[in-house]
Amino acid sequence: MTAFFQSLGMNYEWAWFVATVAGILLIALPLMLAVAMIIYVDRKVWAAIALRRGPNVVGPFGLLQSFADGLKVFLQETIIPSAANKGLFLIAPIVTFTVALLAWAVIPFGPEAVLADINIGLLYVLAISSLGVYGVVVSGWASNSKYPFFSAMRAAAQMISYEVSIGFLLVCVILWAGTSNMNGIIEAQRGHGLGIVNGFFFNPLLFPIWVMFLISALAETARAPFDLTEAESELVAGYQTEYSSMSFALFWLGEYANVLLMCALNAILFFGGWLPPLNVDLIPWFDIPGWIWLFAKIFMFFFIFSWVKATVPRFRYDQLMRLGWKVFLPLSLLFIVLVSGWLMLTRYGVAA
Amino acid sequence: MSVAHLIKSFTLWEFVKAHALTLKYFFKPKATINYPFEKNPISPRFRGEHALRRYPNGEERCIACKLCEAVCPAQAITIESEPREDGSRRTTRYDIDMTKCIYCGFCQEACPVDAIVEGPNFEYATETREELLYDKAKLLANGDKWERAIAANLEADAPYR
Repeated sequence: MTAFFQSLGMNYEWAWFVATVAGILLIALPLMLAVAMIIYVDRKVWAAIALRRGPNVVGPFGLLQSFADGLKVFLQETIIPSAANKGLFLIAPIVTFTVALLAWAVIPFGPEAVLADINIGLLYVLAISSLGVYGVVVSGWASNSKYPFFSAMRAAAQMISYEVSIGFLLVCVILWAGTSNMNGIIEAQRGHGLGIVNGFFFNPLLFPIWVMFLISALAETARAPFDLTEAESELVAGYQTEYSSMSFALFWLGEYANVLLMCALNAILFFGGWLPPLNVDLIPWFDIPGWIWLFAKIFMFFFIFSWVKATVPRFRYDQLMRLGWKVFLPLSLLFIVLVSGWLMLTRYGVAA
Repeated sequence: MSVAHLIKSFTLWEFVKAHALTLKYFFKPKATINYPFEKNPISPRFRGEHALRRYPNGEERCIACKLCEAVCPAQAITIESEPREDGSRRTTRYDIDMTKCIYCGFCQEACPVDAIVEGPNFEYATETREELLYDKAKLLANGDKWERAIAANLEADAPYR
């Protein structure tokens, strides 16, 4: 895009700047739209499984429901509790929201369509998603209220425990792909399954890792069955309890942007990202732009997320911690040993 | 821990089964109706919003016997009466506090002339509490508005009374 702006007569520095800003807007604005639609999809799927209809009044099929909700929230008053730490209270949702958007910088929407094609892409995603805890903890603390505080403690413990196992699971993927550049990982999946299927999920050694990653992703984004941070029967609404109006909306946008990010990571790391599902040219697969494949895969994973939400009951907190530390952590360590052992055996020879 | 149990827990078998079940429900016909556009049929005995009826010639049915006021367990009805110029006894005031009413239907059971009835309307939510303090004019207007439905319901229910 820089070259395009240079052809308009800008010098390189300005063209780079304008191109970057345009790229950010090109990602962030559709992302906001996608978040609005995905909240609608979430409610629809949930309703359908409960044999209900879900939102169907605002706009055709209720498609505009999220925008109506957004408008309503936007017109409300921002209430700041008198005992709250005002500065931190207002910064917390902004942190959550910003961090949720930041990680999208390295998500590739096509072979060329990536804002920052950096070699440590996956590491960057891990780092940024760890920062997300700050928004939650700060909001819980700044609210100066019991339940948000409990919820923030839970959220911090939960996110940190599952980040550990997610980190180890991603090490396996990085080992297999030989790079932590997102596009590199996707390219490594081309024809991975017998030269036909694109995606690491076809690999018997990486498939269990994908399952664990999916479950950890649910825990990391605090979706049901792991939504203990906003367990309404215990904690009112969790760390968002004291929030209203736009600060509340920012939390929601951030939360769903994070969910979308985790769906995108599932698609990119295990299901071949912008590659078509099969590496054979039965129908003109490769003429379909990569971002459509990525969107379809993200949507599929989001459906799985909603499906899980509608199916399973909430975990107890000690069960959540037990699953994270006593099941996923040893298993992911075991799989690192297995994957690296297998790679040593097949790629480098046992002697090395 | 048996081998079968181990295999089941490591393949997340129960989760897979649960998700298969919910996927089946996903495609089932909906149990709910499309409410504001689509309504369930209601019984002729349905006890909804109150109405004061008139005779076909326009005369109000209510004769101010105050049986409904007496029978009302929530004491939601207030009636005052006076003889009219032609000598017949009529209400000057007939108020129902809809916030007190428990929709027991005793008033319509007590009424000797089928004047006060609970109609089929159940969609009369208001924005203020005051709007739910119905007076005689409001009740008579309800009666005029719902007369056809109320008359049909009374007729449908008559064989069982």
